[in-house]
Amino acid sequence: MIRFLAYRLLSAIPVLFVVSLVTFLIMWLVPGDISAEIGGIDATPADLAAIRERLGLDRPLWERALNWYGALFQGDLGQSYTLNRSVLGAVMERLPVTLSLAAIALMLATLMGMLLGILASVRHNTWLDQGAMVTALIGLSIPDFWFGIVMIILFGVWLGWLPTGGFVPLSEDPVGWARSMVLPSLTLAITQMGVIARMTRSAMLDVLGQDYIRTARAKGMRARTVIFRHGLRNAMIPIITVVGVLSGVLLSGAVVIETVFSLPGVGRLIIGAIQRRDFPIIQGGLLITACVFVFVNILVDMAYAWFDPRGRDDS
Amino acid sequence: MTAEANPDTLSIGQEIKLARRRRRLTFARRLLTHPSFLVGFVILVLFTLTALLADVLAPYGPTKINYRSILAPPSAEFWFGTDAYGRDVLSRVIYGTRVSLRIGVFVVVMTGILGTLLGTLASYVKWLDGLIMRSLDGLMAFPGVLLAIALAAALGPSEVNAIIALTVTFTPRTARIVRASVIVVQGMQFIEAAHAVGASHARVIFRYILANALSPLIVQLTFVFAVSIVAEAILSFLGVGPPPPAPSLGNIIADGRSNIQEAWWIAVFPGLIIAVAVLGLNLMGDGLRDILDPRHSGARDKT
Repeated sequence: MIRFLAYRLLSAIPVLFVVSLVTFLIMWLVPGDISAEIGGIDATPADLAAIRERLGLDRPLWERALNWYGALFQGDLGQSYTLNRSVLGAVMERLPVTLSLAAIALMLATLMGMLLGILASVRHNTWLDQGAMVTALIGLSIPDFWFGIVMIILFGVWLGWLPTGGFVPLSEDPVGWARSMVLPSLTLAITQMGVIARMTRSAMLDVLGQDYIRTARAKGMRARTVIFRHGLRNAMIPIITVVGVLSGVLLSGAVVIETVFSLPGVGRLIIGAIQRRDFPIIQGGLLITACVFVFVNILVDMAYAWFDPRGRDDS
Repeated sequence: MTAEANPDTLSIGQEIKLARRRRRLTFARRLLTHPSFLVGFVILVLFTLTALLADVLAPYGPTKINYRSILAPPSAEFWFGTDAYGRDVLSRVIYGTRVSLRIGVFVVVMTGILGTLLGTLASYVKWLDGLIMRSLDGLMAFPGVLLAIALAAALGPSEVNAIIALTVTFTPRTARIVRASVIVVQGMQFIEAAHAVGASHARVIFRYILANALSPLIVQLTFVFAVSIVAEAILSFLGVGPPPPAPSLGNIIADGRSNIQEAWWIAVFPGLIIAVAVLGLNLMGDGLRDILDPRHSGARDKT
């Protein structure tokens, strides 16, 4: 297990290298002169030159890359152009909101998806199966950010049950926090549960067709025990793989959904930075989110190895 | 039919030709009798027709401002209502399908070409394999459409840049799928046979390997099409897609977000159209996979 973890951590290094390189190069893609945008209309040529020098924009690309990596290894992602603070601080401050939103949505999606999938597989080829799969497919086809808007119209504007947006920190008011998180996390969960539902169904159908399930049933074991202990447990591995993929989809979904529900997470930070052309924040937000995703994937692989001892050693 | 009944009277050439035709026919029949493929296909055709015939179908111009009917709810005159500038939402949605279709088609074509190129190269040229695959792994480490958002933000909001950003985002997984299926085909005996009878590398790659590795690619590209339509809407919604007043579906939804308290119809209708189009493509993809690639039916991932 330890060896497997070490191997997974090592193999993340080239990935992180490409991630950081791409993040650096994005800045270089920006057409035109960034200093003119930072300086504004009134800036004199001398001001612009000063801005370029301060940001290192007058240096050749390779030198800027070296500086970027040099700073990166010291945990320095640069200074925001507009927020007057360090990028790392700004991103880290917002990260918990995004992570909690994605995590709650992942739990809800896994729960609802597995329920739908188990139901469909146990009642295979009945209207329940069909209904569950149609629900899953419709959920998959709905754009999540739009579904969020529909939820706001429905529960916020028309029924008035829940706030139409905004955020209350958990530490200040747990009930208010829950109320502000319900709609965004449900939105994400409903639009993503289909992936899990379909995978659970097909994995369960595979397992339920096995001989040992028939044996378990034949010796008179309770249906619930057969389905959960013998069926679901052996169907977990493909489901975990999908949960891993989904964690990335939900991270990116959370980033977009935050904008819809006005939640102060990394997503809204990035989108706001795009509007203000604050590129270091965009870079930092992108880099940190990707790192979180890489880390989550390692966790998923560990869970995978835990559930299926066969994969542990042959790395 | 008579020819099929007594195959003894046919030459080998005729027999092969007949078998090929029969295979094509059964393939088309299996597609068109597959219920989910058929439903999806009809939806895609309707979507495409709407986009192509926008000039005929749209009752008003997509950017025509009408100050006498601002934020009018759906009525006989404006089926989908009007927005804050009095523009007809129905007409904007109809023209919006054009933007979605254009972006979807370009992204699918470019992703298909780049993915095939990189995937084949990686599986064929051993020393490039590691480099290509690790780079693609790195690109796939950016969750979802986040990379596309950042790329589009850096390049500037435009349709072409949206296409570039989405192609870069969707190519890695596609290349991976091509590589995986090419490697499977490479190990098959008929490839060895083709090499043995002296077929050139190019002929082996195009005529045998790619032709036989095509199925997963086609299925994947159907899903890329679906995801691009959603991703275009996300980019536009966030302000890094084709800039307003262009009637892209995401732009219309963004207008709807700013008028969410008083005009639900602006956001709701374009999103419904996206959902239906994506549902159609998902159904088509599922159907294609059932028929082309029976091993992998069931679940899939969303990128």
